[in-house]
Formats: sequence, C-alpha cells, structure tokens
Amino acid sequence: MSRDKLDQIAEKEQARQSQFDKRVHCCISTACLSAGAGRTIQTLRDSVDAAPTGDEVEVVQTGCMGLCSRGPLVRVQEKSGEEVYYADVDSECAEELVAKTVSWDQAEAKQQELSPELQAVRDRLETARKKRSLKKHILSPDLPFFTKQFKVVLRDVGYVDPEKLEDYLAHGGYEALHKVLTEMSPEQVCDEMLRSGLRGRGGAGFPTGLKWGFVRREESDVKYVVVNGDEGDPGAYMDRTVMEDNPHQVLEGMMIAAYAVGANHGYFYIRAEYPIAVDRIRGAIRAARRHGILGKSVLGTDFSYNADVRIGAGAFVCGEETALMHSIEGKRGVPRMRPPYPSTSGLWGKPTVINNVETLASVPAIIKNGADWYAQIGTEKSKGTKVFALAGQLTNTGLIEVPMGITLREIVYEIGGDVPGDAEFKAAQTGGPSGGCIPNTHMDTPVDYESLQELGSIMGSGGLVIIDSTTSMPEFARFFMDFCVDESCGKCVPCRVGTVQIRTLLDKIIDGRGEPEDLDDLEVLCQLVRSTSLCGLGQSTPNPVLSTLRFFRQEYEALIPSSV
Amino acid sequence: MSDTGSSNGKQKSKVHPSGDDRYVALDRTMKRFHNEKDALLEVLHSAQETFGYLSEELLFYISNHLHVPLSQVYGVATFYHLFTFEPQGKHNCIVCTGTACHVKGSSEIVEKMSAVLSIPVGKTTEDGLFSLSTARCLGCCGLAPVAVINGEIQGKATPETIAKKVGLILADEMVVQDQEEAG
Repeated sequence: MSRDKLDQIAEKEQARQSQFDKRVHCCISTACLSAGAGRTIQTLRDSVDAAPTGDEVEVVQTGCMGLCSRGPLVRVQEKSGEEVYYADVDSECAEELVAKTVSWDQAEAKQQELSPELQAVRDRLETARKKRSLKKHILSPDLPFFTKQFKVVLRDVGYVDPEKLEDYLAHGGYEALHKVLTEMSPEQVCDEMLRSGLRGRGGAGFPTGLKWGFVRREESDVKYVVVNGDEGDPGAYMDRTVMEDNPHQVLEGMMIAAYAVGANHGYFYIRAEYPIAVDRIRGAIRAARRHGILGKSVLGTDFSYNADVRIGAGAFVCGEETALMHSIEGKRGVPRMRPPYPSTSGLWGKPTVINNVETLASVPAIIKNGADWYAQIGTEKSKGTKVFALAGQLTNTGLIEVPMGITLREIVYEIGGDVPGDAEFKAAQTGGPSGGCIPNTHMDTPVDYESLQELGSIMGSGGLVIIDSTTSMPEFARFFMDFCVDESCGKCVPCRVGTVQIRTLLDKIIDGRGEPEDLDDLEVLCQLVRSTSLCGLGQSTPNPVLSTLRFFRQEYEALIPSSV
Repeated sequence: MSDTGSSNGKQKSKVHPSGDDRYVALDRTMKRFHNEKDALLEVLHSAQETFGYLSEELLFYISNHLHVPLSQVYGVATFYHLFTFEPQGKHNCIVCTGTACHVKGSSEIVEKMSAVLSIPVGKTTEDGLFSLSTARCLGCCGLAPVAVINGEIQGKATPETIAKKVGLILADEMVVQDQEEAG
C-alpha cells in the first residue's frame, strides 16, 4: 500500500477521534487489569450510555499510563487537549467520574429511552452526582511523578489503542519508516543512529549505529534482524509494556534497522511469560501485512521485509545474544564464544543484528526528530532517555521514562515518592541479577552507563527495585545467587560450579557458621567467576554479592560469630 | 472417538491414526514448519499446550517426525523451565518470586501455600486438584507481591488472601465431589 493510502487512513482516524467532546482512556495493562480495570471500563461504558448528555463521549482502552501502584488509571481528554488523570478508579468512582465530567442535560434525559439495566445505572449516576469523593482520585499534573519524566519511547504508550493500526497511524506511525525508505540511504540511516548516540538498552550499552554499520558492511545474500524481547531480569517489565501497548512502534523500529543493514527477514524473540505481548506483536504483524507495510514492496518501495515471532521457554540465559540465537534455531539456549560476533555470523551463520525492544522503540522518534534532537537529551556519553520499572518499597511504583543523567535521588524521592511507612531507604538495586545495590550515600550519582558501572552495578535493562531497612543484604545477595544457580546454563565450569560454591559460602555465613576468612574467600571466588565465565550472565553473576560486600560489609561481618 | 464420528465422513477423516485427536493439532504445527528441525521449540510448545505436559510418548513422536535424535529432543525440552513432564493439576497457583515480590514478602506466600496444600513447590496434590509453582518474574512489579491463580493475577497479595482464594476453589471442588457421590 502506498503512503497516500496510509495517510488517508490516518486522517480518517484523526477526524473520527476529533468529533468526540471527551475521550475517556482506561488503562487495561496487566497491572491495572488485576486491580479491576475490566470492571472499571465496563462501568465507564455503561455510564456513558446511561448518562443524559448531549456530549459525544468515547471510552477507549489503552496501555500503561505509568503509575501502576494506583491503578486502575483513567484519563479524561477534552477536545481542547486538556487532560485529567484519575487514580484508583473502581466502579463506584467510575460512575461519579462520568456523572461529573459529562454535561448533564435533563432535556436529553427525557428523550432517551433506556433499558431497565441502563435505567438502574442512570439512577446510580444521579446519586453519584451528589458525592464528593472524586477529588481524592485526581492526580495533579504537577506531581513530580509526571513533571520529572521525559517521554520518547513511552510517548504514545497509554494513548494509542494497541490493537488498532489506524490509531498508530493517526499518531504519526510509520512516517519514520517511510522517510528512511524514500529519503535516506542505508548508510545515512546508520550514520544518523551513530550521531544520535543511542546505545543498546538491553544493558550492555553498545552504540546502536556502530552495530548496524558492522552488519551493513557484511556481504551476504541473507541477513537477519532479531528483536530481543526475552526480558528476563526479575523486577523489570519495560519491554513487556512497550510490546503490549504499542507493538507497531517496535515493528517500525525493527524495519528501519532491517533497511539500514539490508535484511529482509527478522524475528521477535519473546519470553513465554508474556502471552499478551506475543498476541499483540502477532496482531501487529498481521495488520501490517494486510496494509502492505510488511511483505513485498513495503509502502510501495522496492524494499521487502517479513517478520515472525518465536517464543522463549523460560530460560534467563536466552537474553544473551548467542544463546538467544540458538534458541531461535530450536536448540538448547547455551551461549557460545564470541567472536565471531552475530554481526558476522549470527542466526544460521548469517550476519544478524540483535537489538533490545526499547532500543528499537527509540528508533522511529530519532528518525522523525533527527539525531541532533536526541543527542541533546542526556549526558555526554549516555544520550537520550531510559525507561525504568520502579518497584519495591516505594510509594509510587510503576513505569517511568527519564532523561539520562537524572540522579537516583530524584528518581527515588521525587518520582517514587519515598519509602512508605516508618521504614527507611536502604539501597536501590539496578540491573537485576547482573547488577548491584547502590546505598544512600551514592544517591546523587547521575544515572548513566559509566557512573553505574563505577559503583559496581549496571544500567541493565531498567529494573529498579528499592529496598528498605527491613531487608538483610546478605540474604538479598543469596536471593540473586539462588537465581543464578538455577539459571546457569551449565556450559562453562566457573559459572556452573562457581555459583553453587558462592551460594554455599553465603548459606554458611547467613546460618551463623561463618569464619572471618570466608568473606575474603567469597571475594576471591566472585572475582574468579567474573573473570573466567564464558558469557555475560556468568561474568556478571557475582555483582550482587560484590556490591553488597562493598557497601554493606558490616552486615556480613555481624553474622560471623568470631569477628564480633 | 472413531465410533461416534463414523456416520459423518468429514469428521472421520480427522481422526488421527494414533486414536488420539490431540495429535492433529501437533501435526498441524509440524506441517506449518515443514517438519524442519529448527522448529523443535515451537513444536514442543504446541505439544505442551495441547496435552498439558510432555510425556515420553510425545517426545518419541516428535523425535520421529522431525528426524531429531530423541536425546536432542529430551535435551532441549529439559533445558527450558517452561516444559513439564508430569501431568498438572486441575487448578494452579503460581507465586511470583521476582525481586520486587521477594522484597515484599513472596516467600511467606510460598510457605503458606505449601503448608495449605501439603505439597512442595513444583508438585501437584495427590488428588490432582492443585499444582503449586513459582515464577521468576511475571512483570507486574508495580503490584508486588503477585500470585496467579488459574490465570488470574492477584496483586498486592498476602499469604491470607491467597490461601483464602485457594480454599474457596477447594471448597467448590468438595461440593462437586459430594454431589457426584450423592448422585
């Protein structure tokens, strides 16, 4: 399908949306659903049907609005573009919300004939109009939770209906793809990415433009693009949200990557624990095929591209790129030595680009707004924004996107709203089982790849779990070591055996049988596993132990009888 | 199955040579991937989805049809946590033990459920009614701690709320059993 036809679809959808006086967005992502968003959206729909009003109101299901701990979340968007957010919207609150936001018109009421069910809803709305509890549910737009964020990847998440291609097009979708196909050479696209300073958001932070450039220069009749959606870090759900709530954005980023490197086929590798993400990505692929966005002659050009979905089966190590490729090939997901890197020998031995979901989801915005625009966000070495899943002992938990260089203090105390109750902040854990714990004394560290690494942690994929004073750090380190023992693939000895030995030592210390030299042994063992393991998983496995030993050594020492 | 469908030719042709119609779905998946060896993981997914677990018989069947050595089929299937080799309970309870859930006390939920059902994690009750398992991270960290009962996510869970939910399901089952015995 040509660009003109897509433009027509986009304009038609925009015109349809603008006819409404009010649009009520209700978040139906996993967190809000489990808080009862299913009932909320039904009540909103019934109430809109039953309310005596001349207003044209549309109730829309959308993706994550961010503040997951206060769900179900609802946003009312006026024709003027003005928006109000409501939190904890249960059925009762939903009725009051509709009763008070639509213009109440008795003349309209007389004309309407209602079914007995809707009449009952109408009666409840009459009562709801007199209530005064709605104000408590309003989230002020001045909350640091909103003002401190800067959205690039999540810009349209929570606004577009993830199951409607038209809605994505109405939000400027596939414009970036069209731009690269018609105005830019593959080389220019790679250069643009390099200039933007975008680095891999999976954790390692390799410059995306450089990676694409390597694959582009490889001579091969077949090349692949792989989207790494195997978000295995416990405590992280950024990629799940983007895949579920704006799947076309990821697909568009993937296609731009494919054009830049000269690939005509690609795979989404998504973990099996994310069935909705799998459905939505598959739905997006089907819709794109129907509209000529995928397939032969993409958007009427001579570029052809196809994408498939492969589902993981619960193995953390499959987030490692060489393991992931083995898994796509139907084998055990074990990593292999690099080089050769996937850029020269990847899937089935062909040059392959593997990018994380968030990385690719950043691409359309960079192409549309230009590399210079993106490069001015963030710090000197870490450009752009990063999405974090804020969880643990915090008042506001949920999904946030912040410019690189923001301090941990701003994230925890301003966006997160501090630790609830009497407990005190103890540490911020970043990077999952491969990361470390950052104590209160380092809260003014800017969040970027290098600074976090200096602290013995990593940026990781974006899990940020806050721990309060009730958590014992040696036990917390053991929790991660348990994870790594289970998830070690068993191929190399340092990781397979080393993790078990580290855990044994931790058990000994935590059980009060520790000896003073155990802490030194623990450190030596950790350094050994770090320097001799085959893949990134093994090399980073000791991080939680090493970082807690570094910042909370006194907790370990307190557990050793003879040293007290 | 073949007897009941004998009057309808169309239905009869669908009956699988093994006598078990569930193999039709599995065959369809293998056919979709042209019986390629590379499709092993997809085929195992399909098999588990259809049969509930991977029996030895199934692994043989897949090995034969994809021309992959049984050792390799077994090696791949056992590598991934998702695949299970025992029949699962009628109901299931999965407790998330991800980082966020861990710091908010998920281990207490696991202990409580293990005590309530008298089974260790990863096992099924003797009557086949309930399976208890844990998950690495369900990605609902904003609502930690989280458990999933029969596919429904329970956010901000406590040992008591989860035990109560499971108790209600078990009570319903007792009623059904009593009725069956009486009837």
